[in-house]
Parts: sequence; C-alpha cells; structure tokens
Amino acid sequence: MDAVLETDHPAASKAGVVDCDIHPAFSKPGELAAFLPERWKAHVRDFGMPTPNVYVGALAYPRLAHGMRRDSYPPAGGPPASDLSFMQEQLLNPLNIEFGILQPLSTGHGTLNLELGAALCQATNDWQIDKWLSKDARLRGSIVVPQEDAAASVREIERRAPDRRFVQISVTPRSLEPLGRKRYWPIYEAAQHHELPISMHSAAYGARANTGAGWTSFYIEEHFAFSHAAQTNLASMIFEGVFEAFPNLKVILVEGGFAWFAPLIWRMEREWERMQAEVPHLKRRPTDYVRDCVYLTTQPVEEPPVNRHLSDILRWVGTERLLFSTDYPHWDFDHPDHAFKVPLTPQERRAILRDNAVKLFRLA
Amino acid sequence: MAQHVVCRSDEIPVGGSRRVNVAGRDIAIFNVDGTFAAIANRCPHEGASLCKGRIYGLIRSDEPGQYWVERPGELVRCPWHGWEFDIRTGKSYCDPARTRVKSYDVSVTKGSALQEGPYQIEVYEVSLQDNYVVLTL
Repeated sequence: MDAVLETDHPAASKAGVVDCDIHPAFSKPGELAAFLPERWKAHVRDFGMPTPNVYVGALAYPRLAHGMRRDSYPPAGGPPASDLSFMQEQLLNPLNIEFGILQPLSTGHGTLNLELGAALCQATNDWQIDKWLSKDARLRGSIVVPQEDAAASVREIERRAPDRRFVQISVTPRSLEPLGRKRYWPIYEAAQHHELPISMHSAAYGARANTGAGWTSFYIEEHFAFSHAAQTNLASMIFEGVFEAFPNLKVILVEGGFAWFAPLIWRMEREWERMQAEVPHLKRRPTDYVRDCVYLTTQPVEEPPVNRHLSDILRWVGTERLLFSTDYPHWDFDHPDHAFKVPLTPQERRAILRDNAVKLFRLA
Repeated sequence: MAQHVVCRSDEIPVGGSRRVNVAGRDIAIFNVDGTFAAIANRCPHEGASLCKGRIYGLIRSDEPGQYWVERPGELVRCPWHGWEFDIRTGKSYCDPARTRVKSYDVSVTKGSALQEGPYQIEVYEVSLQDNYVVLTL
C-alpha cells in the first residue's frame, strides 16, 4: 500500500494555499522538557502541572479514529504531525501549501500555577522554532501566551514579536473570564501594537468546561459546542469595547464553524438598536467592529443538506473574512479542492484559500 | 472490456487492501474473507484514499450492553471523516441510493489460464502455478 496520498494528483491550487490551522505534535511525551529551565523541569517532576481542566493531556471523549486522520501516522513512527518530512510529503507539498500556520494546543494557557504556565508557553514557542519554523520556510508560528497572566503574556509577545516567523498570538476561549474583560486587554494592546492577530482556537484546552453549562456527555456534543465558545467570546469582546479601544486589532475565530456568524451579528445589530443606551462606550455598531476586526477559519466547513445553500452562507458571512484551514492531522480535516462544494468565482476561491490570509498576516 | 492482471492473490491478505493504478484509474482492492472486491480509491466526500480506511463490520445493538457485529470485513470507513462504504458494491452505508463509489469486477484466475486468454499483463511475470487477481475494465 502506498504511504502517501495524492502524489499523483495535481497540486490543489496553482496559486498556492495558506493553511491557517495545522497542529504540530510532540514525537514523544516529555519532548517539551528540553525547552524548560531546570527549575520548572523539577517542578513538573515533583508537583505535576495541575490545571482547572481535568482533561488536559487526555482526550475527554473517544473520538473518531482517536481524533486523527487514519492515514496521518508517519511511516517512520510517532504520532500524526510529529514528523516534518511526512507532513511535507502528505500535506505541504501535494496541497501546494504556500504558508502553513501552526496552532500548538498548549497546556500553558491554563495551568493553575501561572509562572509554570508562562514557562510552558515560552518552551512551546521555542519548540516551534526548533522543530518546525527553522526547518521549513513555509511554516509560521503562533505565540502561545499564559493568558490568565496578562503581564507575563505581554512579556512573551515582546520576546517573540521581532521574529516575523510568528504571525499571530494564540489564546484559548475557555478562559477564566469572557475574553472581552479588561484583565486581558494588555494582550490586545500588545497585539495591536505589533500588528499580530489574536487567534482563538475553539477546540483548545483551557480553564473551563467545554460548554457554559458544564461538561458534555458525548464528543458529538463537544464537537459543535466549539462554536458556542467562539460566539460567547466574540460578543464579550464587542460589547466590553475591545474593538473600540483597539480598532486595529484583528481576531480570528479558529475551528468554530462560520455559518452561525451571520445570524448572530444580525441579532446583535437589532438588539443594539434597542439597547445601545446600556453600552454607551460603543461608538459604532457591532457590524462595524466585526467588519474591520473579525475573521473566521473555514474548517470544519459547513455542509448543509442542499450543497448550494453554502453559497448563501458564504455571502452572508463574507468571503473577505474567511481563511482556509485544514486542521491537519485531525480527523475532520478539510481538503482545499473539495471542501467548498459550490461554485465560487476564481477571485472568491483565491481570497479564501490564500489572499485573505496573505494580507492579514502580511505574508508576501 | 479489457482484463488486467493486478497482483498475485497472496499479495493481499484477508482483511487487507491494496492501491493499484489500472489504465489511469486509482483503484482500491480488498480481500474480504478470501474473495476480492474493488472500488474507486477516492471518497466522494473530500477525496481521501479509501484503501487507507479501516475495514470493519456493522455493530448492531438492541439494548444497552447487548451488541454484535454483522458482516465483518465487508465495509470500509474513510480515513478522514468516517464515511462508510460496502466494499463489494461501493454503496454508502448511510445513503446507498445516492452516494457511492464506482465498483469494479475482479476475479481470481490461475496463472496457467492467463497464458491463453486476452489478458493485459502489465507488471507481472505470471507463473503457471500461482493465482492472480484480475480486474475487468
């Protein structure tokens, strides 16, 4: 059986693709330790890495094929997406990925010990450089920050911002408080200053349960609950005034779906018309903030029972704010040639697959 | 209709699969409990290679705690999103009327018989005593 898919198919898009959601993995447990100072290695050895999320480091639910594309296990061994050469062979080369943005799912976002969290984030960022960014010029990194400690997060952003291989700041939506709250604003201020978008990966670990009502019983519930977290935090950021304070901030909602986006904004608009007296600190309408500041990645692409309905959804959301993503190597991977089963103009297709991301991340 | 010798029958074990290219077509051949079946090696959903999928049966249940497997080895589950296809017919398990992958005729023929017929043998030195998987296109 051949080890590699698609080598005999033409590359997905002549113009190149920007994949905004690739999950790099450790080859073996403990790989991060090499990037931790002795003080924190000893701490982890003696005290562990307690977090409020009981499931950190494990899958809370049995997932389809352990959550991975079944064909993504590297032939040389190790977990999916832990081997750069196989990632190149299976993803970057055949799909013509011009730039691939790494989304490490770090535990450093939400450890109870904030200083440990900061050390884990710093180690994760060093690991990205060492294992990935320095080895393939197509790859770009995410600055992982200990978001519950805004000052430490800003220090980490300042440390990484001069390295243009890092193109965004990664926060988890399962935060201690809704992400519009002021405790997080120093992160947004630094993000705006350095022109680095905030990437909110909905399926990340974090301090909270996977829904506002607590832990779900089943993976099928969790899988679409990712969009709830994105919605809650988007509303929080709009109404707390984050985009009023930081009008040039960009926020990317990653892996939370996008079909819900249009009706949510419609409803916000209507309620803003009636209730804006409650939020006089907002000088503009929700639509205005969203138009300037908010982007969404496409995977897992919406699949209405009637394919052509996707055209309406894309128009409502706006193809100018959609960024293609595969979620490689996870099972719910999307392929750039097949994910959009509706006619798109060449300009729209190119915008979603490449140009929007190139402009947003200033890649070219 | 051309007949193509694609491999020796012992090259695909029971429960195994193999990807072959016949006349430019990407085809997945499966050994279902000693008999062979072939379907297009491309999931109609997003194009994954079906020969990389898990081969399994249908798990049935009447009540909690009671379950059994029917038709073991007769279905393949796409390695990406888990779409399920009947290996023998190419029909989707969920939506057999509308969703399917192309199915091809395959048979097993003795090497000695292959020396006589109108077969296209592209890759193999055929030995008289072995059995070969032959795909009709």
